[in-house]
Amino acid sequence: MTNTQGIPDPVGRDGPPARDRKTQQRLARGEAAALGELYDQYAPLVYGLALRVLDDEEAADTVLTEVFSYLWQHPDAYEPKRGPLRSWLANMAHKHAVRRLRWSAIQAKAEEGGAAEDSDGDTEARIRDVSAAARADYIVTAMPAGLRAALELAYFKRHDYRRTAADLNVSEAEARRRLRLGLQLLSTAYHPPTPDGRPA
Amino acid sequence: MTGRPTSDPADHQLLKSLLGAWALAACSAEESAAVEEHLTDCGSCADEARRLREAVALLHPQDSLDLDPGLRSKVLATALDRRRPRIPLPLWAEPYDAETARLDALLHDMGEAEWGAPVRLSWYEEDAPASREISVAGVIGHLMAVDGLVALSLGLPDPLHMGAPPEGEGPARPVLTCPGERTETFWKEAGSAHEQQQRLTAELRRSHAGTVRGVWRDQNYSLIRTASFAGGGVADLGVPYGAGVSLPLRDAFLDRAFECWMHAWDVARAIDYPYVVPDAAHLHQLMDLAARLLPGVIAERRRTGLAAPPRRLVAAGSPGRTLHLELEGEGGGDWYIPLDSPAAMASPGEMVAHVALEGLEFCRLAAGHVSPEEAAAGHDGERGEIRDFLYATASLSRL
Repeated sequence: MTNTQGIPDPVGRDGPPARDRKTQQRLARGEAAALGELYDQYAPLVYGLALRVLDDEEAADTVLTEVFSYLWQHPDAYEPKRGPLRSWLANMAHKHAVRRLRWSAIQAKAEEGGAAEDSDGDTEARIRDVSAAARADYIVTAMPAGLRAALELAYFKRHDYRRTAADLNVSEAEARRRLRLGLQLLSTAYHPPTPDGRPA
Repeated sequence: MTGRPTSDPADHQLLKSLLGAWALAACSAEESAAVEEHLTDCGSCADEARRLREAVALLHPQDSLDLDPGLRSKVLATALDRRRPRIPLPLWAEPYDAETARLDALLHDMGEAEWGAPVRLSWYEEDAPASREISVAGVIGHLMAVDGLVALSLGLPDPLHMGAPPEGEGPARPVLTCPGERTETFWKEAGSAHEQQQRLTAELRRSHAGTVRGVWRDQNYSLIRTASFAGGGVADLGVPYGAGVSLPLRDAFLDRAFECWMHAWDVARAIDYPYVVPDAAHLHQLMDLAARLLPGVIAERRRTGLAAPPRRLVAAGSPGRTLHLELEGEGGGDWYIPLDSPAAMASPGEMVAHVALEGLEFCRLAAGHVSPEEAAAGHDGERGEIRDFLYATASLSRL
């Protein structure tokens, strides 16, 4: 199921890797204060992704607890040299949420006594959709602010690219470039990275 | 631009650059038509156009996430239960950790316009209500400036000296130890007055507030971390609180948690947000601090003539006349307050007054949010002592 895994990190908006390494060392040392700081920084990301996949607040609460407990219990599971902590946590949130979603589908099927023939297909299709939506959310929050601002003006405020350029105080060519690049990044949500971490 | 052949490489480059704007319907009708014509005979652009159109379907408003603030302590408790921390937070630093996180979450959820809301701070001074209107950024700056007293005691930098030349260069800056003076100094230097903030554009105001919030939050984290590492060794370290007053570090952390909660409440009220009470165990620690400070405050009020002199002198450690404070609701309990002297021992046998009120009402009284006359307290016993007690509680408040 590679299509349900992997959250790409488009153009890291993350802090310097040294900071992630330090956080990990503090967790490994058993510093409770580090766990609190980690929660403050990343709980909205983890919770938001879980909620997008599960559409159920109680289930998203559970995923939030599981992800932070897991990292606290296994700080070495995160390897700073393989990427930013932010995308590692996003990945974990996504994996945990999809696992829950699949599990609840299996349970529902068992309760129905296997009556619904094509429910496997439905579940997988739903997982594909919510996974793409969750990855897209992540991509939007992780893309450079300039690209995000251009997309927001053009899409949510319905500005054309000329007005977008004027609002952002950039050239029209730059506004066109940002809109195109922003959508290109977003489109990778449908094409998750391969297991080695490179976008397919 | 429609007249020219679309196979022109210059056209191809231009039309390709328009694909994002086209997919978002953010170009002119002529440009759209030109792009669409180009797509019929350029395979690579047609592929990209289809992918970008699909990507547009993934855009949707980023819902503002209402992450339940109560979740933080539950998630952290579960994790810490599964693996015991080697460097835990001292028990007395927990309310500060939780309350600062709650205020930060409130600030996170605030919209642009709300940063411009005036906030009214109120307290008691010489038994009379006092108040002051300040910007939201000013409230955060006030918390930061007074938290700085704790930072100084732990050897951390004084946030009021931020931006000053390094030590040894430029004129030496005095270390202010009075909470009110520290606050006024910060407000003056940062231009926190509501009217000053109103003159800024919303964007500048937001960015100013963001800076203050960042410094405040970083200091919260440093304080919590430093206290965790030092642990019990620093619990009794004295923190100066202005003219001759000093609190042990453990109590200073509770005082700071209490003030953070109360001012978060002030901010929430100013912008019509709900704000719930602290966790019951934390609330209990905060009420306990107020109850423990009261005998000293009563004695001080007698010295300065704000309260009637003691009825009798009691030797230190001997039982003396006692007030039974009963706080109802979450985190509540019973406290026995010696009235004759802070050194006297509270004694159930010498109970002269009983005051019962909602724990929350007691906190509001101690914060100067409600007057001693208005505080909804049930009481019986010596009226004079009860009145002195309620006024002493209100006098715990300050700017």
